[in-house]
Amino acid sequence: MADMTSTLSGPRGPKPRKVLSRNNIMIYGSLIVVSLYYLLPLWVMVMTSLKGMPEIRMGNIFAPPVEITFEPWVKAWSEACTGLNCDGLSRGFWNSVRITVPSVVVSIAIASVNGYALANWRFRGADVFFTILIFGAFIPYQVMLYPIVILLREMGLYGSLTGLVIVHSVFGMPILTLLFRNYFTSLPEELFKAARVDGAGFWRIYFQIMLPMSLPIFVVAMILQVTGIWNDFLFGVIYTKPDLYPMTVQLNNIVNSVQGVKEYNVNMAATLLTGLVPLAIYFISGKLFVRGIAAGAVKG
Amino acid sequence: MAASRPNRLFRNLTAKIAAIPMILTALVVFVGGTLWTVVYSFTGSKMLPKLKFVGLDQYERLWDTRRWMVSIENLLIYGICMLVFSFVIGFILAALMDQKIRFESTFRTIILYPYALSFIVTGLVWQWVLNPEFGIQHILRSLGWESFTFDPLYNADIAIYGVLIAGLWQGTGLIMVLMLAGLRGIDQEIWKASRVDGIPAWKTYVFIVIPMMRPVFITTLVLVAAAIVKVYDLIVAQTGGGPGIATEMPAKYVYDYMFGGQNLGQGFAASTMMLLAVIIVVIPWAYMEFGSKNRG
Amino acid sequence: MDPSISIKDLHLSFGAVEVINALNLDVGQGEFLVLLGSSGCGKSTLLNCIAGLLDVSDGQIFIQGNNVTWEEPSRRGIGMVFQSYALYPQMTVEGNLSFGLKNAGFSKTEVAERVAKAARILQIEPLLKRKPAALSGGQRQRVAIGRALVRDVDVFLFDEPLSNLDAKLRTDLRAEIKELHQTLRNTMIYVTHDQIEAMTLADRIAIMRGGQILQLASPKEIYNRPNCKYVADFIGSPSMNFLAGALSTEADGTVRFTCPSGVFSLDGYAFDAPVRGGEGWLGIRPEHIASGAEAASRAIQLDATVRLVEPLGSDTLVRVMVADQSFWVRMDGRTEVREGDPLPIGFNPGRCNVFDKTTEARL
Repeated sequence: MADMTSTLSGPRGPKPRKVLSRNNIMIYGSLIVVSLYYLLPLWVMVMTSLKGMPEIRMGNIFAPPVEITFEPWVKAWSEACTGLNCDGLSRGFWNSVRITVPSVVVSIAIASVNGYALANWRFRGADVFFTILIFGAFIPYQVMLYPIVILLREMGLYGSLTGLVIVHSVFGMPILTLLFRNYFTSLPEELFKAARVDGAGFWRIYFQIMLPMSLPIFVVAMILQVTGIWNDFLFGVIYTKPDLYPMTVQLNNIVNSVQGVKEYNVNMAATLLTGLVPLAIYFISGKLFVRGIAAGAVKG
Repeated sequence: MAASRPNRLFRNLTAKIAAIPMILTALVVFVGGTLWTVVYSFTGSKMLPKLKFVGLDQYERLWDTRRWMVSIENLLIYGICMLVFSFVIGFILAALMDQKIRFESTFRTIILYPYALSFIVTGLVWQWVLNPEFGIQHILRSLGWESFTFDPLYNADIAIYGVLIAGLWQGTGLIMVLMLAGLRGIDQEIWKASRVDGIPAWKTYVFIVIPMMRPVFITTLVLVAAAIVKVYDLIVAQTGGGPGIATEMPAKYVYDYMFGGQNLGQGFAASTMMLLAVIIVVIPWAYMEFGSKNRG
Repeated sequence: MDPSISIKDLHLSFGAVEVINALNLDVGQGEFLVLLGSSGCGKSTLLNCIAGLLDVSDGQIFIQGNNVTWEEPSRRGIGMVFQSYALYPQMTVEGNLSFGLKNAGFSKTEVAERVAKAARILQIEPLLKRKPAALSGGQRQRVAIGRALVRDVDVFLFDEPLSNLDAKLRTDLRAEIKELHQTLRNTMIYVTHDQIEAMTLADRIAIMRGGQILQLASPKEIYNRPNCKYVADFIGSPSMNFLAGALSTEADGTVRFTCPSGVFSLDGYAFDAPVRGGEGWLGIRPEHIASGAEAASRAIQLDATVRLVEPLGSDTLVRVMVADQSFWVRMDGRTEVREGDPLPIGFNPGRCNVFDKTTEARL
């Protein structure tokens, strides 16, 4: 053995690499700088929301609070005013919950059945409708806003929660249908054929075969819809009445109201409160969130 | 003989019934709604939609309105800058993330989180950070740089760039994720081959990888462009269109005329123009996508 | 003469997983070496280490006498051909061939000369202006080989180059690669999981498993004298028949093999070393088993029953049972046998392979 090692002169083993090579400094340096830029607003929001107004007027928005106070949060949640109501963002929060939950359920239910029908039960004309649907995803909402007002008014649903749920289901349909159609197409077709040979029909196959196999895609769709509907502003402001306004609309009304003294700490607490739900979903779901937007976007 | 042969209409009947919501959405809302708006954009509707045709009057008025012209100009500035910067930054970030780095998921989480936030939240945060009395300008001045001026939201000349900063902050993460997915989709053996050929990494990106990613670029471009045309919430939250009308956007013009100004015809005409803009972007893309599929 | 490639005490681990463990290998000048093994055996990893596409954990790699352990792939004097061809899709064939050369700063005339030469050798001259998308799989792989050819290097590395092609093309291109080697006389290292490719192309085959080379020998040697049970089992289709039994040495020196199918004298088998006894495996290839009337002329004879008949045209594969032991037998394609027929079979000890029961090494 000793003999052998003596013949092994010159470079051996892994190429020596400096941890602080120019390459690494450049890569990690850029990423850290960019990360700081991205984190900055979040940091400022949190810091501002924990300070009292006197400290804000004196100091530096980046500095951590000298004296931590949770009062702005309490105020934002239960006392902040929009117009005549002074019961804080809590009203908007519960409105958003009441809008988001049924909208997510209904839109996913419809879109998953659509996707299933398109993937497995192709009927004449199905592709035409699907193409229209996908093109519809690109049409600016502004073009369809007013006709929908008329439709909802005719149905007696204008300004109601039900109306808004319908609107969210309609506009969520293109992307979700695409998502589900692609997913169901990727499942082995033999499975579907075997079930048909066994005599199962449309709904039985959907509920007993497709659904149990599609949990991941349902989670992805849920993440997409919860964040999308929670963050919606335009539909909320157009199709509901002030006492049904979702959280985003109420937040905007609180912060951008021209009356009274601006309470920046309360505003930031309110902003954070509104961002909390999608942020929580984002941080919890992690890779699935990324998968959702990548699948939804690239395959479009 | 074929007495029991079922009517065509009733084949797959359940599937057809199940697809009714989709069919209604496609036909009534997307096609019907769009056509309705386009038709009514040629009428003189004010408070209520009325079928009293006035030809191209609404469009002439639209293009004579300064606010609309400012909106278009803003949309162009915002759109072009947004596309250029978000693509360049997003691609560079994706390329950096693709260097087998440590903490990749941490960096990705940080860069993508703004995308989970609504435009309202984004607009309000940046309104605060860019506030000249308290934000960046204040801090740099208090550090001794007395003459430092950075108040985009209060200076009509640069206000749109203040919005752009917020938009980039919110949207670049998405571009990065899409580009990263594209980069990961490149055959690893291409990289090996280029290393054996002795081609420097930057040249491999420019001459081999980026051309290979053309479909990803185009799809992303179309998606982002279609989203830019719709920009509304961000403006409402961050600047309210101000100072003055410095940051007005077409989508806001539409909303204000339809639901605030009681001038439906203008709103319809403006929204039809938005539709036209999107069509110009989407149709060539769709043609290419489907065209290339036909060629195999 | 120095070996063309010399690998000394190579280790590679990803984290805690050892992929290659203390591997030594010398490849002669102009030799065609095939690295053969099932997936995950480390053969491609080894090739990537030689190419410099993977950083080794320990050990050294020499190419043409130079220690290239830390060298960039492009400066190791190698050309490489990949399974997915890895052609640059936006460039023409000519662009693919010349991109590396232009980049290395060769003059225009030099580049043109080399491209023309490679194109002539590979007969892809009419394709030079086309893009890879407009080529068939076989043409693409030819271009990929051309890209290695223009580099004018001494060593070619092939990473499963034919695996993406259909069976017919694979056979054609296999022959072309062999001719290319006969023309160029370069050192070639070729990774594959296909034993036919290995047998037909190689001067020597290295059979790999678990990051180690089990046997490094000529195809004939590997086929006839596998040095362990794994190699014996891996090479040949259908695989070798194995009988488990006990070895015992008689007073006269003959070795007997006792198994449920009977007691055989292994007179005529060349043991590597004298055996005393113990448990062992007796292996016999299906093509070395005689059947029917011919069986009578063999030293070991058994009475079997036909269980399954698989006619292949040229040959017929027959699975027969002797008590509980099943054998694959390769018979002439014209033989008429049916399920249930009694069939005498026989073989000579000289054609057998005997392995130790526990170490599985050749005895």
